[in-house]
Amino acid sequence: MPTTPLQFRHNGRDVAIFVDGGTNLLVALRELIGDMTPKFGCGQGGCGACSVLVDGELHLSCLTLAETVAGRSIETLDGMKQGPNLHPLQRAFADNFAAQCGYCTPGMLMAAKALLDRNPAPTRDEVIEAISGNICRCTGYEPIINAILAAASGRVSA
Amino acid sequence: MAVTVKTFASASEAAGALSSDRSARYLGGGTLVMRALNEGDVAISTVVRASDQALTRIDASGPRITLGAGVTFARVLAERDLGFLHAPARSIGGPAVRNMGTVGGNLFAPSPYGDFTVALLALDATVAVAGGFGSRDIPIEEFLQARERQAGTLVLSVSCTRPANSEAFRYRKIARIKPKGGSVITLAAHLPISGGRIAGARIALGSMAPTQIRARAAERTLEGRSLDAATITAAASAVTEGTSPSDNALGSAWYRREIVGVHLRRLLSGQE
Repeated sequence: MPTTPLQFRHNGRDVAIFVDGGTNLLVALRELIGDMTPKFGCGQGGCGACSVLVDGELHLSCLTLAETVAGRSIETLDGMKQGPNLHPLQRAFADNFAAQCGYCTPGMLMAAKALLDRNPAPTRDEVIEAISGNICRCTGYEPIINAILAAASGRVSA
Repeated sequence: MAVTVKTFASASEAAGALSSDRSARYLGGGTLVMRALNEGDVAISTVVRASDQALTRIDASGPRITLGAGVTFARVLAERDLGFLHAPARSIGGPAVRNMGTVGGNLFAPSPYGDFTVALLALDATVAVAGGFGSRDIPIEEFLQARERQAGTLVLSVSCTRPANSEAFRYRKIARIKPKGGSVITLAAHLPISGGRIAGARIALGSMAPTQIRARAAERTLEGRSLDAATITAAASAVTEGTSPSDNALGSAWYRREIVGVHLRRLLSGQE
């Protein structure tokens, strides 16, 4: 079986793994690195549960060939917390009941982070657009939108 | 099943590898090929990639624009000079898909996808491809008609002439989910005006046939006319001619035929 060495940065840490040809980044993260925060939803690019940041850009890890991220920086929800503290977005999600079953939450948070990193004060429409590739079957989206707007405006509990 | 991944520095080497192996697919942004691999498509045993910078080049400064096949929709949206292509680029996927999906890959996206290609078909784009016998330019319509046989060719770039103004090029995608969703139907119209009359009208439709097609009968009703109510009505009633839509989860063939005229009327009359 063709196996390729692969090195990249994972949440600020250098990692080196061997991947089989055709392995997607989601499988590499979950099964080879042990980061279980990106979720497998559809495997087709329709749900956003596997969303991660590649060099700060929102990508779907299930549609990313693992070896294309050689030398690049991958951020997942696992790297979002700041030391012992939750990231303001995580805090806002908790405050606003933006997670119910929680399956979409890692992808939602990465989509939200991708938005706020380049647009710290988004409008409601911009928030809706930013999470339009992420499906949530529990919340009806309103609590998620409110949480992202709350995080953007600093309205989060300590 | 594991596949062999071959990465080349130049597009011509990648084209050679692609043309010599029937089970090879070119990997652009991944939204089509990785999806097929995730679904266990055993027809693909080799994935070909190229790191050639030429594939991601944008030339949008002059009257004729060229987009490298590997240009993503996010990059189209970030380019102020490509304003006429922003509506089609924005209508595709969510932000992650737009960060990954490419202009070249969209040419191969099956219905209900391939919206950007609808715009390019209306704009009479030219597709530059490289195969085993060197590179050549193909009109997009010809490319799409033979799309089933294009798997062994590598798309290098697409180019088209910038429309004269925002009135001359119009785009509309009908989806059930906003702002993201597969296309029920997609329409694009290029309506160059010469001396108050339409000259060289092109109307392109997505999800109205196995590939994107032109609505030639509707185009004929517009030719040499001004865009008045009678002309628009004639175009709307002719638009289903030559179409062969399918049923899918987003809409039935019957529904698509019923609504395409309504949406062409709205597109041509400038309604939201």
